[in-house]
Amino acid sequence: MAAAAAVEAAAPMGALWGLVHDFVVGQQEGPADQVAADVKSGNYTVLQVVEALGSSLENPEPRTRARAIQLLSQVLLHCHTLLLEKEVVHLILFYENRLKDHHLVIPSVLQGLKALSLCVALPPGLAVSVLKAIFQEVHVQVDRHTVYNIITNFMRTREEELKSLGADFTFGFIQVMDGEKDPRNLLVAFRIVHDLISRDYSLGPFVEELFEVTSCYFPIDFTPPPNDPHGIQREDLILSLRAVLASTPRFAEFLLPLLIEKVDSEVLSAKLDSLQTLNACCAVYGQKELKDFLPSLWASIRREVFQTASERVEAEGLAALHSLTACLSRSVLRADAEDLLDSFLSNILQDCRHHLCEPDMKLVWPSAKLLQAAAGASARACDSVTSNVLPLLLEQFHKHSQSSQRRTILEMLLGFLKLQQKWSYEDKDQRPLNGFKDQLCSLVFMALTDPSTQLQLVGIRTLTVLGAQPDLLSYEDLELAVGHLYRLSFLKEDSQSCRVAALEASGTLAALYPVAFSSHLVPKLAEELRVGESNLTNGDEPTQCSRHLCCLQALSAVSTHPSIVKETLPLLLQHLWQVNRGNMVAQSSDVIAVCQSLRQMAEKCQQDPESCWYFHQTAIPCLLALAVQASMPEKEPSVLRKVLLEDEVLAAMVSVIGTATTHLSPELAAQSVTHIVPLFLDGNVSFLPENSFPSRFQPFQDGSSGQRRLIALLMAFVCSLPRNVEIPQLNQLMRELLELSCCHSCPFSSTAAAKCFAGLLNKHPAGQQLDEFLQLAVDKVEAGLGSGPCRSQAFTLLLWVTKALVLRYHPLSSCLTARLMGLLSDPELGPAAADGFSLLMSDCTDVLTRAGHAEVRIMFRQRFFTDNVPALVQGFHAAPQDVKPNYLKGLSHVLNRLPKPVLLPELPTLLSLLLEALSCPDCVVQLSTLSCLQPLLLEAPQVMSLHVDTLVTKFLNLSSSPSMAVRIAALQCMHALTRLPTPVLLPYKPQVIRALAKPLDDKKRLVRKEAVSARGEWFLLGSPGS
Amino acid sequence: DSIDAREIFDLIRSINDPEHPLTLEELNVVEQVRVQVSDPESTVAVAFTPTIPHCSMATLIGLSIKVKLLRSLPQRFKMDVHITPGTHASEHAVNKQLADKERPGL
Repeated sequence: MAAAAAVEAAAPMGALWGLVHDFVVGQQEGPADQVAADVKSGNYTVLQVVEALGSSLENPEPRTRARAIQLLSQVLLHCHTLLLEKEVVHLILFYENRLKDHHLVIPSVLQGLKALSLCVALPPGLAVSVLKAIFQEVHVQVDRHTVYNIITNFMRTREEELKSLGADFTFGFIQVMDGEKDPRNLLVAFRIVHDLISRDYSLGPFVEELFEVTSCYFPIDFTPPPNDPHGIQREDLILSLRAVLASTPRFAEFLLPLLIEKVDSEVLSAKLDSLQTLNACCAVYGQKELKDFLPSLWASIRREVFQTASERVEAEGLAALHSLTACLSRSVLRADAEDLLDSFLSNILQDCRHHLCEPDMKLVWPSAKLLQAAAGASARACDSVTSNVLPLLLEQFHKHSQSSQRRTILEMLLGFLKLQQKWSYEDKDQRPLNGFKDQLCSLVFMALTDPSTQLQLVGIRTLTVLGAQPDLLSYEDLELAVGHLYRLSFLKEDSQSCRVAALEASGTLAALYPVAFSSHLVPKLAEELRVGESNLTNGDEPTQCSRHLCCLQALSAVSTHPSIVKETLPLLLQHLWQVNRGNMVAQSSDVIAVCQSLRQMAEKCQQDPESCWYFHQTAIPCLLALAVQASMPEKEPSVLRKVLLEDEVLAAMVSVIGTATTHLSPELAAQSVTHIVPLFLDGNVSFLPENSFPSRFQPFQDGSSGQRRLIALLMAFVCSLPRNVEIPQLNQLMRELLELSCCHSCPFSSTAAAKCFAGLLNKHPAGQQLDEFLQLAVDKVEAGLGSGPCRSQAFTLLLWVTKALVLRYHPLSSCLTARLMGLLSDPELGPAAADGFSLLMSDCTDVLTRAGHAEVRIMFRQRFFTDNVPALVQGFHAAPQDVKPNYLKGLSHVLNRLPKPVLLPELPTLLSLLLEALSCPDCVVQLSTLSCLQPLLLEAPQVMSLHVDTLVTKFLNLSSSPSMAVRIAALQCMHALTRLPTPVLLPYKPQVIRALAKPLDDKKRLVRKEAVSARGEWFLLGSPGS
Repeated sequence: DSIDAREIFDLIRSINDPEHPLTLEELNVVEQVRVQVSDPESTVAVAFTPTIPHCSMATLIGLSIKVKLLRSLPQRFKMDVHITPGTHASEHAVNKQLADKERPGL
């Protein structure tokens, strides 16, 4: 037995000898891994490997020696965890010794040491001895990457030991790193220097040397070679070097002069890098480090901001100034020390002040930006700058009389006022603004009454900022301000932007000062509304009409505080009742305008639960009551009541109800649902105000089409409810909806029923009940699609149900989508099916919205694309000629809505189809394809440039299409074409410029406008600076 | 929609002044009232007002306007870009330069 075991053991030993021989003498690479694997699995010990190598390790021929050591090192790299302490000691001694060997051997020796540096069993003291040996013996800068690895390994595990070396370690490293050129090594070396500093290794007298050996790479100027396998970017090197340079204040005296020198250089990237590094340094520096360099730093930054043509340099300059000021503000001073912040700021003020007085000149804005960058750094800096600049700007405003000059000055002032908001003052009396409050107010009011819209706009913004300062404005100021805002809310058409700004300011300020607004603005608006009502009664006059619209918008804009909503909402609702009573000649546009105001008000209420419930509880019963009353059969049909049942009016009400429902808490929503669902199913009108109606409300049973139209309002409500609100009588409701959706009398109500059904389906939890509803729906669709009068209703139902399921990734959705795709070749429903794809991919506004708590998976478009586009493409190729456009249209709808990053990889295969779609005579296909191509031209110019010839020809052809929208889109694509690589385009330049002369004379102004901008860009192609 | 003064003005209002950070509109160098256009007769006349009577950039501004119009209007238009009478010291010379058809680049 023993003999057999010995033979077995000997046989592998023999194999080991063979492998070693093959590697060392036979120069084969394979055996090394084999040996390593065998050692790892325990077949041999490391000692046996050394024995097998035996004399090769001492061979007089350096190449053979190198080979032998290489094998040992590779084995160690794989098996260092198995080594015992005793073995490690011997191996280290051996390797240290070998460091003195022939240069051919060194790389393998270092590999071995790297393996040993990973050993846990390394006894204390050996790390230091290895490093000393390396620092001493390795002069040839051969395999520095391995040396860095050894150092990194030791720094990670043996920090204490290395620190015991003191500054010698630092010095040794500096010598190793000196003259490094390989970007890969630099990344590691920078990392080591950063650790040396941040882990507090002793730098001793070598601070400057350490700085020199790293800063010589600043600013990094490195362009990775094409196809660089290491993927090192210039930015990686910049950031890791910056981390080193900005890691310690001890580098300051050397670094700051270097940064100043580089900011002053001509190279843009050097300027940027220096400013960013300065910015980083300010995080660790203090007054002491900066003191001597402040004047030069300021001079350089000022010059860059004043003179540069590059926005990035300007931005970095301002950021650096900001950090410098913040750094100076941060330092704690001794009582007798000079405060550098004061002198620094006074330097800035001195250099910038006089430019602020020349609002027509170029330097005015750079100066203001510099001052604002400094003032934004700390409360102290802000105080100091503001107290100097505010009086100056106030004075300058009055000195200059032109509106454009005043606007510049006020805009600067606004910038400084905004900065005040960053700092909160515990003691309001100490706020520097207090002293200027009256002057500021009178100046703002002056701006608000100026004829220049631009100045008014800045005035409104300034007023908002002043109002946001707590307790700054007095009640009298507010009263005046409210007066101005009232006036500005009724500005004429041509100063639309000003009116919008005034409305927005009213909203912001009303939330802060509800009393001032409800006592001075709301009564005026109420009066205005009454006047409007009587004017409407007397017939339409355009100016009055627009004034009425302004009033409605002002009412909703100001409803930003719960107490104000309680006054404005009843005003609007009362106004609607007036319309309904037939006291006025109301047009649908009037009612829609009121609804839009109501919706805006509802949006403003959403964030506040109390307001939200108040709005819901007040507005919805009122709207429903109005609608129900309008839907009642009448003896004498009145025009007025019919207005409320028009499609657009109902759509406007739908958006009010939806907005007022989505943010309800589930408890309150549940309360509301127990009123509204019975209203529609059972005609229970008890919760409506003024609920004495001439006949019953039975939208589902009754034949009157008016009542059925109100299903849209039910849809708005139930489809906006939170998902966990239980809907009473759901089973009955779903069946009624399904029935109505395929009833062919009125497309509006059948579509509303289909949408409502789909909306509920989307939110219904998976389970038996959902499957039942789905089965019902599929049966209904199939029955309807077969033949007969209800085909288009059945199709609409199919479309909405499909959408509801696609959004939630329901397994049945693919089956329904396939059904829909089948309809593309249906002679009757084909075009509608093609448009249906647009609906599937787009976001709805009323049902199936995320805001309305529908289940919408984020990637549904991508998924739809992957699942269905191959089938669409295949269908296109197989389809007969006359229905091909349907497939193209469907496809271009899908692609159009798809996020561009998903589309880009698929582009090469789809592009030929898209180009074919451009030749399709259908305008909708053309338009949809153009709008799909336009962003692709911007984002994937390389791929698109392969087809430049086709693109140019087709776009130019379409620029004379009979449809204006197509002409515009084609010209926008011509514009986007200029983003392709210039050399590809230049051959087409003369031809395109000639061809684009034609649309310059288009009969439509909007087309001419696009032609002008496209042609302008083509002219600039290939010119310097582009 | 016929081409009117507003449309012509929209083409030239956003040209930047060579010396200021502002546009020609903001400096009141061009104004809509100083644009005369007749679409049926295919003529455009734009008068511009240099900021100061000795403005050395007047020719450059005029040429910028002219190039912009040449590139943006149909070829049928005959265009005349000149200085608002009485607003520049060497008005005549500048107008002559602007009307020079031989100028390269136009």
